[in-house]
Amino acid sequence: MYNAYSISNSKGTFMTKRKSRSNQGRFVPVFLIFLAGLILLIRELVHNKNISLLNPKGVIANEQLRLMSVSLGIMLILAVPALTILYFTAWKYRETNEKATYSPGQKHGKLFSVSLWLVPLTFVAILANLMWPSTHKLDPRKQISSNQKPITIQVVAMRWKWLFIYPEQHIVTVNYIQVPIDTPIKFELTADETPMSSFWIPNLGGQLYAMTGHVNQLNLMGTTIGDYIGKSAEINGAGFAGMKFTARVSSQTDFNNWIKEVQSSSNNFDSKDYTELLVPSEYNKAMTYSTNESDIYSKVTDKYTKSHEHGE
Amino acid sequence: MKEFLIGKINMDSLPHEWFTFGGSLAFIGLGLFLVIVITRLKRWNWLWKEWITTVDPKKIGIMYFLVSGFMLVRGGIETLMIWLQQAVSVDGSHGYLTADHFQQIFTAHGNIMVFFVAMGFIFGLINYIVPLQIGARDLASPFLNTLGFWLFVAGAIMVSMFFLFGGQYAATGWLAVAPLSGKLFSPGVGVDYWIWSLQISGIGTTLGAINFVMTILKMRAPGMTLGRMPMFTWGAFCSMIMAIAVFPLLTATLFLMFFDRYLGAHFFTTVGGGDPMMYTNLIWMWGHPEVYILMLPCFGIFSEVVATFSRKPLASYKSNVLGMIGVSTFALSVWLHHFFTMGAGADVNAFFGVMTMIIAVPTSALILNWIATMYKGRINFSTPMLWFLGYIAVFSVGGMSGVMLAAPPADFQLHNSLFLVAHFHSMVIGGVLFGVFCGISYWFPKFTGLKLNERLGRYAFWCWIIGFCMSFIPMYVLGLMGATRRLDHYDSSTGWQPLFIIMLVGGIVVAAGLALQIIQIIATFIQKNHLRDTTGDPWNARSLEWATASPPPFYNFTTIPEVSSIDAFWEMKHEGIAETKYQDIHIPKNTAAGFYIACFAFLVGFAFVWEIIWLAVVSLIGIIVVFIVRGFNEESEYTLTAKEVQDLEEARTKTHLARTKLANDDDTEDMGLIDFIKIVIAFVKDIIVNKRWRKW
Repeated sequence: MYNAYSISNSKGTFMTKRKSRSNQGRFVPVFLIFLAGLILLIRELVHNKNISLLNPKGVIANEQLRLMSVSLGIMLILAVPALTILYFTAWKYRETNEKATYSPGQKHGKLFSVSLWLVPLTFVAILANLMWPSTHKLDPRKQISSNQKPITIQVVAMRWKWLFIYPEQHIVTVNYIQVPIDTPIKFELTADETPMSSFWIPNLGGQLYAMTGHVNQLNLMGTTIGDYIGKSAEINGAGFAGMKFTARVSSQTDFNNWIKEVQSSSNNFDSKDYTELLVPSEYNKAMTYSTNESDIYSKVTDKYTKSHEHGE
Repeated sequence: MKEFLIGKINMDSLPHEWFTFGGSLAFIGLGLFLVIVITRLKRWNWLWKEWITTVDPKKIGIMYFLVSGFMLVRGGIETLMIWLQQAVSVDGSHGYLTADHFQQIFTAHGNIMVFFVAMGFIFGLINYIVPLQIGARDLASPFLNTLGFWLFVAGAIMVSMFFLFGGQYAATGWLAVAPLSGKLFSPGVGVDYWIWSLQISGIGTTLGAINFVMTILKMRAPGMTLGRMPMFTWGAFCSMIMAIAVFPLLTATLFLMFFDRYLGAHFFTTVGGGDPMMYTNLIWMWGHPEVYILMLPCFGIFSEVVATFSRKPLASYKSNVLGMIGVSTFALSVWLHHFFTMGAGADVNAFFGVMTMIIAVPTSALILNWIATMYKGRINFSTPMLWFLGYIAVFSVGGMSGVMLAAPPADFQLHNSLFLVAHFHSMVIGGVLFGVFCGISYWFPKFTGLKLNERLGRYAFWCWIIGFCMSFIPMYVLGLMGATRRLDHYDSSTGWQPLFIIMLVGGIVVAAGLALQIIQIIATFIQKNHLRDTTGDPWNARSLEWATASPPPFYNFTTIPEVSSIDAFWEMKHEGIAETKYQDIHIPKNTAAGFYIACFAFLVGFAFVWEIIWLAVVSLIGIIVVFIVRGFNEESEYTLTAKEVQDLEEARTKTHLARTKLANDDDTEDMGLIDFIKIVIAFVKDIIVNKRWRKW
């Protein structure tokens, strides 16, 4: 076999002895860069209005952000000292530090073992105590209390668009919803001939799955006027990335005008339109329809519950 | 007739897109190159006798490393492909991949990284180290172990078949959630490749796990009670018990999915009474513990490394063991946190949220215990310790984001977003991959007798840390911006593009780290005299694997050590090592049965993917026949007499002395990157100038 390299380096042609450099001071620039990055990151988090989760525009998103911040805060109370102590200990008892005591035979008492467990347990107990009630309070199916009458929107996930039915207003939209400000909205989510999809409007609040044969209820309420992006958060096929819609939160008057406008449009939604929508298509435009049919949604849900009884 | 013979295969299914074709060419080229090299060196016999039919867990461990290292490079290339697409696919541009290709790539990325990289490395370490740590000569069932390994390899090839042979891969996400993975929405062969690659390697994992639980329970050296086992063995033990508990669940789920797709059953369909939600439950009942199956051995590695490099015993052995048992117990009851958003009630969600948070308790106890171990120690900052310190930082961030995700209302906002993706990459890269790197750099002297090049190791470490931060801090931010995972396209008005570009750059830095690790290993072998570990105990370690030669002889120990305390080797060093007594040793014979069965299993999978029923039947019969023939084989062991052992040991000592002399004469230093490049240039120049290529 080849011995080219062993010839060229066994006598140290390339690897002559170097003076060992000191590591001292080498970490100062690294630390400074790290600090600068951290400051930049925090600045970005505070100022960037595109960070939708940190700029909630709805009552649910707001509560969810609060929960996230509080739980992160509690954890940092444990993590920051623990990590500081860890890295400090590692640095202090480094091999080259002659001054540090070395006691390999050190015995740790019962108290030590117990506190190993008790400290994190306390923190988790606090967190769990915070989380349990908030899970019930923010249960997506729980109606939001308000003096406004809630609006129901029935949602059908399709490949790859969102169909919205306003049963009380008798209108149908695709990839667009408009809702009045400070009014609770009750979304009823289902899907038709579509894999599991997840209905998510980050600015207004967390997501819930839309599944065939099931109706999931999601309650949200917008508190700031604006256009927000909604999407499917769960992958459901090739057109997944384009399955987006606009959620507009507007004033009550604007909402009423919009409803009237759509109701009076000649674009009438019927079962033929529905069949066309069932054909998979990507990056669909927003559409609005008026409708006289009142059973669009129940037909969708019946389609799957009935098939239970008859088989395919 | 044609359909009977070759099923659904046709010309269109052969690889023809640029990325499948390119991958195919690269793989076939590499394969051809290896075939030529092996033929020229006349090494086929050696390959068959020493490696393919071996039952030695140490060799199988090395083979696991090679396969997993290769798959790591492949999975890494996929990462860069994913991030490149996301960096450029904005507004009018839809990037260089179609949505379907993109989805296939990230699905393959997930499967490869979890099953064939993380799992493979963990199994490799367990194979090599556990028998040595418990003072065993071999495994409870060496045959099951080879079978497990070759099934793993068959699965790894199956996951690559879509570009080696043709068809497409699943475009469903790594767990192929129903009903998307059903025949209705995924009619192609992609999901079938997915089913069979996981099915074959999953069965291999179950067999391997059974074998290691038996080995740890039955094969320990005299005096090594459960309460004296080294930490890595404890981690492996907890992990393998979990694997036995949950991997059959994966097997069953995959079979149900197979029935749905082939026989028109309705377990997970949306019609005919099926329920996709059941699939989600079943797959996560396996999928969540799977993460801990990977994590627990790494906890073990870190515990050993902290104690060894602090020159102190673990602060609390009992707490550490209890911590690992606690993690593995609670990990079995948290699976629902992967789908709080599916619409369960508040009580159910809150229960699983609390269970998830409870896992943070034993994990934190472990970390606090490691701090106490370092306290008043003498800490040596070699690369294994660096990986540990890096792990703590990354893992803490991942852990905190994990507890945030564990609160269901917060999870509604963060689920399926890139925040979640960043979280689990913090856990799997920070926890598992860094743990594996820590373990490999710690035990490399055991594997080869050479210490790894420290300088290049440090470079690699910093590349990984910096690259990781550059990739995943922006990813957390993107998640907060409402970016969902698996997006092949988005609008520039979202403001995401700069962050995706930073992620891509970070990915390139990580790739540089990986390249440096490969260079590190090559450089170590180039400088083998300088880096030779002449003592057999380079780290002043504590557990039994260091009580034998490096690399250990195939029978592991000449004399089985007697254990009377925790840190058995530490005690031996202080009390004096017992005199060597030569005795007869029973050694399991090599067998090709595992290899044959894996070949047939591969063919079964291949046949079902393309619906070639006769091939499936023939291969299934083949498996049964090999099993029966193997079952009748009564001479599965042979005896190495005391005299032979003595000769082997004396020969080894002689080589060792010669090598020690070479090592003592060598006064070079660990080479850096520039030295390495100079050597490569000299090597290439030498080939060209001296026309050495003519010999080939």
